Amino acid sequence: MYTVADLKKGLKIILDGDPYLVVAFDFVKPGKGQALYRTKMRNMINGTLLDRTYRSGETFEPASLEERQMEYLYKEGDHYTFMDQQTYEQVVMEEETLGDAKNYLLENLKVEVMVFGEKAIGISLPNFVNLRVTGTEQWAKGDTSGNDSKPATVETGYVLRVPPFIEEGELIVIDTRTGDYSTRVKG
Amino acid sequence: MKVDALWLRARVIKAVRDFFWERGFLEVETPFLIPANAPEEHINPISALPSWQLQTSPEICMKRLLCSGHQKLFQISRCWRSNERGSRHLSEFTMLEWYRTDCDYQALMADCEELLQYVAATCLPDGLSFMHNSVQISPFVPWQRISVQEAFLRFGQVDVWGCLKKGLYEEILTSVIEPALAGFDSPVILMDYPAELAALARNKPGNRELAERFELYVGGLELANGFSELNDPLEQRRRFEDTNCARSNAGQTVLPLPEPFLNSLATLPASAGIALGIDRLVMLTAGVDTIDEIVAFTPEEL
Repeated sequence: MYTVADLKKGLKIILDGDPYLVVAFDFVKPGKGQALYRTKMRNMINGTLLDRTYRSGETFEPASLEERQMEYLYKEGDHYTFMDQQTYEQVVMEEETLGDAKNYLLENLKVEVMVFGEKAIGISLPNFVNLRVTGTEQWAKGDTSGNDSKPATVETGYVLRVPPFIEEGELIVIDTRTGDYSTRVKG
Repeated sequence: MKVDALWLRARVIKAVRDFFWERGFLEVETPFLIPANAPEEHINPISALPSWQLQTSPEICMKRLLCSGHQKLFQISRCWRSNERGSRHLSEFTMLEWYRTDCDYQALMADCEELLQYVAATCLPDGLSFMHNSVQISPFVPWQRISVQEAFLRFGQVDVWGCLKKGLYEEILTSVIEPALAGFDSPVILMDYPAELAALARNKPGNRELAERFELYVGGLELANGFSELNDPLEQRRRFEDTNCARSNAGQTVLPLPEPFLNSLATLPASAGIALGIDRLVMLTAGVDTIDEIVAFTPEEL
């Protein structure tokens, strides 16, 4: 159990059944008055922000969250299935929960899945993933249009801007933090 | 960056000291370690030695000096309040207190105006404006004086007595009133507090509900708290006991009473005293928004 004295940025607590991350905190105390503990918290399941003010004496349940090594298996409709590397237990996450991460999910990709209770609430991807280009227009040699990038579709269906010289079938490196093209895989 | 802040801090403290010396105030030092502070419902002293405490304010000792005949006193000292840490709070901080006999809180408001003008002229780069949350505040334009009742009505459209009854006073004050005060380009004096919020202050003459207490706000930052001193020992003891009763009901420790102070209170002449946070004055002078930026070390850095 936490008390208001434990409140600080980065603390994870349970509120109305959901895990929340404290993203901002301040101690406020008007002239000789009662102390107030002002927090801004992010719901770790749906990302919504919440402002809450607490007073001395209030307590909080710590949210125990586990990061588990898993492998991405397959997608069925809006549902993505992952398997725990150690227990072989499978968990399913909805597209909405995954957010942009779905753009980089290729079968057998190793990811860290954040588990709260029995529920998978998010994943951490490697910073860079390699994906093959499945569709992009041929670059016309001597093109003088001045465009320094063109759209390309990769094997997960994700569309991004790549340099004009990238060709269909090439393997490229994508930065999952920005969603941008990083470099091409040689050979 | 911190090197500059420490120079500025030293300059502000020197300016404050010069200001009071020039006006004939006696600079005093009173013990930090005392058997009892004035008990407050929401201030917890830090214990030191078996059953003694670090001062939460030098007020008890300074008022006893007034009882023994001194007329104008000031002190710049460390104070300690348990579990107070935030962007504007440190558990250990520096307080300026000054006291005058033969006057009431109006004289202190005039002192505040002169002091802030003096500090601005000697310590600010442009000699003109303090800065808080990117807002410039000039001590040279006419100051605003607003009663607490009026502030609650004007900025929050609520009645302060109703807020007190419902336990919403602090919430409204910090989330509605203080942000509204941050919009003024002059310092603001919030005055005439409900008597229950002023345990050591004298009530307004013929008024049992309001006390002669005021707070000085600069850019919405609470800088100083002053009042006309209560000098009725029986009334003071009764208020201390009420405070302890409220503490006990809230599950807080009951605090020892400062008996020598109560015993000498009958000899306290009509006087007024005020506490001003030096760290916050340095923040306003440096134009920074967190207390961390103007101290040599925060507790987390030790």
